[in-house]
Amino acid sequence: MTFQEHYIVFMTIFRKEFNRFMRIWTQTLIPPIITMALYFVIFGNLIGSQIDKMQGFSYMEFIVPGLIMMSVITNSYMNVSSSFFSSKFQRSIEEILVSPASNGIIILGYVAGGVTRGLMVGFLVMVVSIFFTKLSIAHLGVLICFVVLTAIVFSLAGLLNGIFAQKFDDVNIIPTFILTPLTYLGGVFYSIELLSPLWRSISQINPILYMVSGFRYGFLGISDINIFAGLSILILFTIILFSLNLYLLKRGVGLRS
Amino acid sequence: MDALYIEGLSKTYSNGVHALKGIDLRVKEGDFFALLGPNGAGKSTTIGIITSLVNKSAGKVKIFGHDLDTDLVAAKRCLGVVPQEFNFSIFEKVIDIVTNQAGYYALDRKTAMERAEKFLKQLSLWEKRDSISKTLSGGMKRRLMIARALIHHPKLLILDEPTAGVDIEIRRDMWRFLTKLNQEGVTIILTTHYLEEAENLCRNIAIIDNGDIIENTKTKDLLGRLDREIFVFDLKEPLSKKIEHPKYPITLIDETTLEVEVLKTNNINEFFQFLTENQIQVCSMRNKSNRLEELFMYLVQGEKK
Repeated sequence: MTFQEHYIVFMTIFRKEFNRFMRIWTQTLIPPIITMALYFVIFGNLIGSQIDKMQGFSYMEFIVPGLIMMSVITNSYMNVSSSFFSSKFQRSIEEILVSPASNGIIILGYVAGGVTRGLMVGFLVMVVSIFFTKLSIAHLGVLICFVVLTAIVFSLAGLLNGIFAQKFDDVNIIPTFILTPLTYLGGVFYSIELLSPLWRSISQINPILYMVSGFRYGFLGISDINIFAGLSILILFTIILFSLNLYLLKRGVGLRS
Repeated sequence: MDALYIEGLSKTYSNGVHALKGIDLRVKEGDFFALLGPNGAGKSTTIGIITSLVNKSAGKVKIFGHDLDTDLVAAKRCLGVVPQEFNFSIFEKVIDIVTNQAGYYALDRKTAMERAEKFLKQLSLWEKRDSISKTLSGGMKRRLMIARALIHHPKLLILDEPTAGVDIEIRRDMWRFLTKLNQEGVTIILTTHYLEEAENLCRNIAIIDNGDIIENTKTKDLLGRLDREIFVFDLKEPLSKKIEHPKYPITLIDETTLEVEVLKTNNINEFFQFLTENQIQVCSMRNKSNRLEELFMYLVQGEKK
């Protein structure tokens, strides 16, 4: 296939994915905004007003980047895992599997859909946060790199979940038992400087810490981690997850008998 | 040229079931070919392998000379498939399902829209183009899958029970459509449970049973092998006594219905004469079943014995 042909296939999958989550915007775009607005009110305004400054910033200012990142992570992951699984469930995935679409382009198409939803929700949450605090951007380039790479990583992880999922419950197991705990323990609500040395070391194994801290660095110019280490981890995860998805699609795991 | 070439195709599923036992099959370009077999015979597995939805265990498959192992993209471009079960998103619009399929085959948007209009009109679905697919009737859903399968102008079209569950009027419309498509040069492979359909449409037939091809020949030749037919006679009045004929085995279904087996070598006038002599009046007469159906049952049951 030529580059132009690959591009048409990619755009078709991406358009389908985009239309899918826009068609059900009341389920995909509105709920995360309401949830995050509640976080801003309860943790930021009510509880946060009783908390001292965190690395020189008010608690509300400190948690906003983390909460934006949390919504990007959840939405990019859920978009791909649920969309891919429901395509399997309805067998509409066969439309793509019988076509000459390459596995790499199938991955890119689904990931582009997940990234777009993640970034759209992240942007909307950011807009809502303006009503609660003053937002400033310290390093725009770093901020964009971290948010885009994180959305890519979690879209790829969501695809992996969608490939392996056999029933609807399987789509929710990873977000409930792994993603949410890692996100809450990934420095969204606190700086790891507040932890004991042991827990600080343990926290550094959590990849989400690097994503949240890197993103916060983009907004506030403060970070718990080395930014280059964070970027390297994100790139490494992108390569590993893309390769793994490619291998599984080629083998037809979860798709072909 | 062979539209489809299959050599030594085997499939063993992970649960140990040998669905295909090294089958060979050739379908010539331009043919209208029927692949028949009872449930679980291996038809869907064969189609699954051809469409690359099922991984084969061994063997070779070529579509218009393109080997699935070495030239998959070219092979897929030649192939259109209408599966047995509905496999489109039930939340999408009819037009989107068809144009998206065009996109997966790398057709640009303008071409996709033109072809979608052409095929949806031909299959009487154009008025429904903006309907959500789940609101369509069963017959419309089948026609939607045919339109979708044709969008990239495949040279080989595989239809897995395309008329299952549709009413006779729509079925006959679909037959006309498929015949026209075949006349335009599209090679068609059809699986069906309506053997009348295969008899009317297909020039060649293969019968698969228990993972083996047990028959592969011209429809005409296959039907020529049928040496007997069973006729059903509806009588005007109930029979007053049991009747028997030495050359024509008679089965009494109820008191006004007879089944009579007639060998091709016999003359049915003889039997009418026998009925007249016994003062039995006949209201109507019909074949018990479609001829191919009888032969199919004979072949498949023969295999089992």
